[in-house]
Amino acid sequence: MTSVDILIAVDHAAGRSAPKGDRRNLSGRILTFPFGLALAWLVLATVLLWAVAPQLFTAYDPLEGMPGGQLKAPSAAHILGTDSLGRDLFARIVHGAVHSLSGAVAAVGVGLVVGTALGLLAGSVRGRVDAVLMRFVDVLLSIPTLLLSLSIIIILGFGTLNAAIAVGATAIAGFARLMRSEVVRVRNAEFVEAAFGSGGTFGKVLWRHILPNSLTSVVAYTAVQFGWAILQISTLGFLGYGAPPPTPEWGLLIAEGRNYLATAWWLTAAPGLIVVAVVLSANRISQSIGRAAR
Amino acid sequence: MTRYVAGRIGQAVLVLWAAFTLSFIILQAMPGDAVLIKFLNPEFGLSADQIREIRQAYAIDSGVLVQYAHTFANFLQGDFGYSMQAGVPVSVQLATNLPPTLRLAALGFGAAVVLAVFIAFLSSIAPFAWLRNLVQSLPSLFISVPVFWLAIMLIQIFSFRLKLVSVINPGPWESLILPVATLSVPIAAPLAQILIRNIDEIRTRPFVGVARAKGAGELHLLWRHVARNALLPTLTIAGVLFGELLAGAVVTETVFGLNGIGGLTEKAVSNQDLSVLQAVVVISAAAFVTINLAVDLAYPFLDPRLRTRNGA
Repeated sequence: MTSVDILIAVDHAAGRSAPKGDRRNLSGRILTFPFGLALAWLVLATVLLWAVAPQLFTAYDPLEGMPGGQLKAPSAAHILGTDSLGRDLFARIVHGAVHSLSGAVAAVGVGLVVGTALGLLAGSVRGRVDAVLMRFVDVLLSIPTLLLSLSIIIILGFGTLNAAIAVGATAIAGFARLMRSEVVRVRNAEFVEAAFGSGGTFGKVLWRHILPNSLTSVVAYTAVQFGWAILQISTLGFLGYGAPPPTPEWGLLIAEGRNYLATAWWLTAAPGLIVVAVVLSANRISQSIGRAAR
Repeated sequence: MTRYVAGRIGQAVLVLWAAFTLSFIILQAMPGDAVLIKFLNPEFGLSADQIREIRQAYAIDSGVLVQYAHTFANFLQGDFGYSMQAGVPVSVQLATNLPPTLRLAALGFGAAVVLAVFIAFLSSIAPFAWLRNLVQSLPSLFISVPVFWLAIMLIQIFSFRLKLVSVINPGPWESLILPVATLSVPIAAPLAQILIRNIDEIRTRPFVGVARAKGAGELHLLWRHVARNALLPTLTIAGVLFGELLAGAVVTETVFGLNGIGGLTEKAVSNQDLSVLQAVVVISAAAFVTINLAVDLAYPFLDPRLRTRNGA
């Protein structure tokens, strides 16, 4: 359990009690247009494009510096300035998107697949399997997330993929718990009983009825975990356990900029703001999916 | 009630034992023997005889089960083995590094509580709707900020731009200002979130309406009637807050170069010092389980409504 789990839990409770405003006139419609949500999608789409086609956004090379162009402040030529080797910071952030995003996707993938499988198994088989699996989840939850990922890092070694696996492992428990509670909820629904009653086998009912009906909350949770994974991966990158230099991973960019705090503020400020924007956007989108599901 | 307490304690012990076993499997039993890899490193310049001695001391050749029993017995007695990097017992390292971390964590937690209560109250009594919405979105912003980046930004703004807090040879308290401020943010976020939710919920209860009808002012209502009911449920996230404090300490101590459990953990990972990390993991799991157990057991005593319905 992490603070993002609380974010989701609180939002669920708030959504249930909040009265819906009924505004019909034009100004009301403009006011209720979710500008924040649109902005969040825009941020994620932009960052995704950076990851897919970085050369469309910047002409500079992220790894080759220009001699004589070191530590230049933001200007028209370099909108976010340059670093200590004369590399364009904006180019490094744009090219770094693919490292940070793919790391987060891999991490969430690990958590989603393993966690959902565990939760599905525990929730549908019940009995002793359920008890053992859920105790295992309790153990995972009892170790603070950062320490759990550090334990995995120390075994697997440093690197982009290892950092992603380490972060993913911390997401397993959350996904397993959520999936199990969803499965148990759906299982007790009348239409599932009816499906069993009309001769559905266990596997078929699971696949046709239980799984699809449990997925919406899992999707909302996936979005919030994605933001959390970006944060965690940048933390591991900052500590030096993720991608090795000169990879322009966002956490590593902040770590490198740290040595020039007094002279080049943009080296730490800009990549950090990008991380904040992406994480905020992922949380906002997750919130909207969660609300739509109710 | 006794049955519930006994069951709850038994479950906590089971989880702890499993956490130890898991950490043992991950950190000691998995890749051949990490100790040997470490000491085979030519930098250490050890002879074959010396390596044999070390292997004996760690009971490496005696099979995994014996090693497991050996380590388990040692952990129960508070003996966490030797730090491979520093060559001193891990328990000694922990003892010397604990006080600074405790001080940082206590101050950070205190600051976080003040910040969270301030945010929650402001989100409830601020004069304009837009201001209330702004304050209410602060916790989600706090959650989205990387702690290490926040620390660096605080140094940047308060030390380098405004020159308010000196980074070169600061006094003992001055050196704590920025770390405490950093640490308070990730702790305040979930706390404020729970508080805001609870205040919103309790304000709709009939007894608040009655108090208002009797002429109580908004501030009086909030402080005397709503706040005391809203504060209690925050206890349930104590375990999460502990985890955040520990993670925050690792990052904060690393950025500010402080000695403490967090800095020790960070160095242990960088130097692949398995015994130190295992000790930190197992102890923090123990602390987490104990905190949750204490909250579960204490809750019925703190909330009289739970006592009436046959125990917990």
